[in-house]
Amino acid sequence: MKTYRAMVLVSNDPLSIERGSQQVYTKLTEEIAAYGLQDEISLSMVSDIGRHDAAPLVIVYPDAVIYGPIAPENVHTLVEEHLYKGRVVAGLQAPLKEMTGRIAWLSARKGTLPAEQRIVLERAGLIDPESIEDYIIHDGYAALGKVLGEMKPADVISELEKSGLRGRGGAGFPTGTKWKFVSKADGAQKYVICNADESEPGTFKDRLILEGDPHSIIEAMTIAAYAVGASEGYIYIRGEYTLAQERMHRAIIKAEEMGFLGDQIFGTDFSFNLHIHSGAGAYICGEETALIESIEGKPGIPRARPPFPTTHGLWGKPTLVNNVETLANVPAILRRGAAWYHSFGTPSSPGTKVYTMLGNVNVTGVVEVPMGITLREIIAIYAKGMKKGSSFKLAQTGGSSGSVIPSSLQDTPMDFDSFSKAGVSLGSGALLICDEDTCVVDLAKVLLNFFRVESCGKCNPCRIGTQRAFEILTTITEGQATLNDLDTLLELSSNLAMMSNCGLGQTAGTPLVDILKYFRAEVEAHIRLKVCPAGVCTMKPHVHPEEKVHQHA
Amino acid sequence: MTIATIDGKVVLEAVNKAVEEHGATIDELIPILNDVNRTLGYLPANALDEISRRLRVPKSQLFSVSSFYRMFSTKPRGKHVVQFCESAPCHVVGGRQVWASLLDHLKIGPGETSPDGNWTLITTSCLGVCGVGPVIIIDDDIYGNVAPDQIAEILARYSETRE
Ligand SMILES: Cc1cc2nc3c(=O)[nH]c(=O)nc-3n(C[C@H](O)[C@H](O)[C@H](O)COP(=O)(O)O)c2cc1C
Ligand code: SF4
Ligand code: FES
Repeated sequence: MKTYRAMVLVSNDPLSIERGSQQVYTKLTEEIAAYGLQDEISLSMVSDIGRHDAAPLVIVYPDAVIYGPIAPENVHTLVEEHLYKGRVVAGLQAPLKEMTGRIAWLSARKGTLPAEQRIVLERAGLIDPESIEDYIIHDGYAALGKVLGEMKPADVISELEKSGLRGRGGAGFPTGTKWKFVSKADGAQKYVICNADESEPGTFKDRLILEGDPHSIIEAMTIAAYAVGASEGYIYIRGEYTLAQERMHRAIIKAEEMGFLGDQIFGTDFSFNLHIHSGAGAYICGEETALIESIEGKPGIPRARPPFPTTHGLWGKPTLVNNVETLANVPAILRRGAAWYHSFGTPSSPGTKVYTMLGNVNVTGVVEVPMGITLREIIAIYAKGMKKGSSFKLAQTGGSSGSVIPSSLQDTPMDFDSFSKAGVSLGSGALLICDEDTCVVDLAKVLLNFFRVESCGKCNPCRIGTQRAFEILTTITEGQATLNDLDTLLELSSNLAMMSNCGLGQTAGTPLVDILKYFRAEVEAHIRLKVCPAGVCTMKPHVHPEEKVHQHA
Repeated sequence: MTIATIDGKVVLEAVNKAVEEHGATIDELIPILNDVNRTLGYLPANALDEISRRLRVPKSQLFSVSSFYRMFSTKPRGKHVVQFCESAPCHVVGGRQVWASLLDHLKIGPGETSPDGNWTLITTSCLGVCGVGPVIIIDDDIYGNVAPDQIAEILARYSETRE
């Protein structure tokens, strides 16, 4: 792969064009050549970067400096100062934290540091996602070529098993093993599904992969289809992700034109057709059996398991369901081998994990780091510490149903096994980091409200339990609860865990249990003293807006 | 002012276009409903009838599907739909204050449409843009890093010029 010292992207959406992006591009070409930098610096146009307030934009990588609005007469200074002398031109930078009105694309590389390890986000933000040529230049479809040319389906599966890759959709199930189950399942017709429903609060890593590197998912799914013996595939993308859907749609057409997808791929007799399926706003559709129901044109209500989708999935046929991030690892593993993959992360959880850093920290956004890094390291190095004047109180890892962890657990290595030993879940990789202005009861109430609204209503422990827990938490925030209510909360949580049909209900009580374990004194203060130590709860009876019936329709 | 019922021809056109684009198979039901909902702003009964006929799906199934998913509405909505993200990551970085400000300015509750038919306010779970929370979406525009005192100005953009 040809390496450049720097990459320069120019925004080229209709607004940018109207404001002269083409002239800026021409001028950049001239100036870069004038300084003799043309072999060291790549220059490309990208479509919609967002930030319409500052269009046209010029973005310089690897520093991820965003300049805008840029006029042709700014280009000379920009090239001389930044690209030639290596100094950021502060005066030309786009205003930070400006309200944008349209965020199509968040920089995946903001705050990139040397220790960061990129496998799944290797190209996102670096290549033009609308250009299949860019993907190909950066090793794209090389793994597929190798697989179809040199490997039998069983070899592919065995390489994946050796790599130790585990599912990134939440449960951490070994990917190679799952592929083997589907390949061994009886049936002439099999399906491959990419789970891109990504609705876990605080998670948007899959969106960055889909928007920034759509071909990597097409390549991975085609490899998966070859390995398990499927001829049809679906990418189920959540309904709100319209840009991701459009990009994926165009990428599929391109890949078909080039013969990487469709009939007789690479001239072999292997054929694979890929469809995009849009979600329509329902968190539960991320659960794989609900997702399958949804593709079948029904409400997304999870099925009873077993049987599992690996044998009885879409239309009752063997079906492989993998998360976007899981799949994005596949081409790199097959290109470079299982041993290479083991050089990252820990022995039982090799590779990297993409985290979204959120909450009261200085830098929010996505970071991809080796498995096994600690939360403290992420906060200190990548999130650049807590916001000024605040200190760490708790973090919730893994999304809404994730564990709430106090500062004493900050040094637990984040990998599947260390976390499960500590009773903590890695989940989707969302890291919600909260300072001492956060009230644990208020937080629990927001989380239970989420489950209450998103419960599909199929089973009583979940439908009624999440509603009851929410009501009790509301009375606590109003100073109207009794200590007995805390016992009821724990009982509800344990019923949820034991009697619910699917993962939503089973884990809805996790944050509640954790909060009562680590922050009981704070909860009790609301009850015994009628005081909210964090000063968040109003402690007087009033109708909170969230209490009104929510429209789930 | 309420929203006038949509002309039958317009409804048929919207359904035709969606069915042509996706194909008349059951696995395309939700994408088709998505397109029609987007074009018409909601799913009127005659649209559901037509889809039921074209895809050979029982009406009962269409009703259960259209009421299950958050992005579908079987009732007309206001000219502008304001979605407020009420999930935890937005909440802990100031979402509560933004919500209070929204209620203050719109003077309607969650799920309600203003009497003049201009606004519908709905709460939603995480929209996947929490890196810049708190987040609100108005129609197709996403606003990040919203502060309570910006609400008036943001809403004003919609009350003036748009049709
Ligand atoms: C309530 C619930 C929501 C889920 N949401 C998602 C999701 O948005 N994306 C995802 O990939 N997996 C989600 N999962 C996990 C899937 O059921 C499934 O395990 C996963 O897609 C398998 O892929 P993997 O083996 O690559 O991790 C969810 C599970 C539950 C119980
Ligand atoms: S646990 Fe909740 S979400 Fe899952 S099937 Fe039961 S009611 Fe539905
Ligand atoms: S939590 Fe609000 S957008 Fe994700």
